[in-house]
Amino acid sequence: MRRAFALVFLAFLLTLPLWLQDPYLLHILITTGIFTIAAMSLNLLLGYTGQLSLGHVAFFGIGAYVSALTTLGFDVDIGPWTFVHEPWPVMAGFVLAVLISGLCGYLIGKLSFRVRGAYFVIVTISFAEVVRLVALNWVDLTQGPLALNNIPAFALSVPGLGEHTLWGKVPNYYLVLAVAVAAYILIKRLVGSRIGRAMVALKENESLAVSVGIDVTRYLVLAAIISAALAGAAGSLYAHYVKIIDPEIFLFIYTVTMVIMVVAGGKGTLAGPVVGGLIFGTLPVLLRSYLGPEFQWIFYGLFMIFIVFVLPQGIVPAVEQRLFPSTREPPPEALATVEPAKGEPQ
Amino acid sequence: MGTGRVAFITMLELHNLVCRYGKIAAVKGISLAVKRGQLVALIGANGAGKTTTLKSISGLLPPAEGQILFEGRDVTRGTARDMLSLGIAHAPEGRRVFPQMTVEENLEMGAYLRRDGRAIAQDMERVFEQFPRLAERRAQVAGTLSGGEQQMLAIGRALMSRPKLLLFDEPSLGLAPNIVERTFAIIQEIRTSGTTILMVEQNAYAALEMCDYAYLLESGSLALEGSGQQLLSNPHVRTAYLGG
Repeated sequence: MRRAFALVFLAFLLTLPLWLQDPYLLHILITTGIFTIAAMSLNLLLGYTGQLSLGHVAFFGIGAYVSALTTLGFDVDIGPWTFVHEPWPVMAGFVLAVLISGLCGYLIGKLSFRVRGAYFVIVTISFAEVVRLVALNWVDLTQGPLALNNIPAFALSVPGLGEHTLWGKVPNYYLVLAVAVAAYILIKRLVGSRIGRAMVALKENESLAVSVGIDVTRYLVLAAIISAALAGAAGSLYAHYVKIIDPEIFLFIYTVTMVIMVVAGGKGTLAGPVVGGLIFGTLPVLLRSYLGPEFQWIFYGLFMIFIVFVLPQGIVPAVEQRLFPSTREPPPEALATVEPAKGEPQ
Repeated sequence: MGTGRVAFITMLELHNLVCRYGKIAAVKGISLAVKRGQLVALIGANGAGKTTTLKSISGLLPPAEGQILFEGRDVTRGTARDMLSLGIAHAPEGRRVFPQMTVEENLEMGAYLRRDGRAIAQDMERVFEQFPRLAERRAQVAGTLSGGEQQMLAIGRALMSRPKLLLFDEPSLGLAPNIVERTFAIIQEIRTSGTTILMVEQNAYAALEMCDYAYLLESGSLALEGSGQQLLSNPHVRTAYLGG
């Protein structure tokens, strides 16, 4: 039933460009798709391990910059040495973006997961800010506020078939859709596995998870790596789609948007960030045609408040309980049973 | 009462164990021994250091000083994972379960370190035989179980790791009287089936009645030790812990 629903939705997305020719609407869908991938990656941390990364945009931005710089080339002087990098194909940029973002996720995870909770939030916020300042001030490498321009469009290189550059909206739409579906399947596989079970266990009751033998730090770091790598992939897609990036990409507001998408859609559910991403990616733009900008943001804010108060679990769990009442609903006592307190001296 | 058993081998030994939370020592140098097949009780008032002792045995709280020996091996620096794979399972205080996982999933978590899928399934069936209530609710989310059922689930989960030594922390805490009785009966069954047990219990009378050997902790130090009967008839224990 749920599977059928997902397939119908996928078929709808696949056929969408056949009847939706408006390039502006396609543009909105592409950027929405990119942010949805980022929201999915955040959901892996926030929803499945319960760790709030408030600097998630750092991984997105790093992915964008790495991919852009790899494909544009650069030369920088560090002390007496000069590094010259000739432009590489876009696919290489994408892969490097994923790898380097993942590496950053590993470092941040290693640094902050020994303490967790509020410390992780602070470390991630600071990390995003530090990366933004580097992007702003290392003008040699990043052009600083002048932005990196003329980033090449995404090009698929298939061995034997040569390189195929994705011009226009429709190919880019399908590219983003393909990456989003791949990310969805990856996360679905992951949370259904032993690893995912461990992540959920440590979110529900960390001390108990430790006592059944789960190496908590190891799984948190693993989640951070995968989450950061996916965010980096989204960042790379973004850079090659909009073709210009500047340090504003690291602004806190983008992280907030991702958090809202995840929380409103339903954290800890597979479909949550997709639903939240679609709503909060398209709604502000669609409202713009009917309401003045001042009313648009007011409406947006009211809608968010409505969701938080009426559907605190998010949209997807609420709809699921309506459609499939037999599925597990989080019991009211569950909140009371999860004890935040660590061991008290006895 | 464990008499008639031959040649007890010491399974667990603590030597001058000291545990600290920051600068405060909660356990101030205790030594005790648990022999194979025994049910040993650790009794004492709130804050005497009972839970802390269990936590350091199960690797959740590294001891500050002293030594822990399990089957003759020094395991003082072992992590929770190490202890579990050696065969020490911990049923923590407050009948902890994973509230949003089903009964089955909770039991699977108990076997997390094991890789023998078929044996895990058999062990799960054994747990369900022992706790028919859980079998009826195997697909139910654990947070919706009653207190007694959650306690059974917590015990079942601890059994799923096939422990040699099972640590119980306040198994009777917060349960209805008839469930308390049932819980103690189950603990004795587990012991009879060959698992060694170290149990922390505030209900001193029940603990001393059923144990082979008992230690009394008072503000982090050992005050008394002896067989259950010896402690039951001890005047100090009678006045301070058994209400006269």
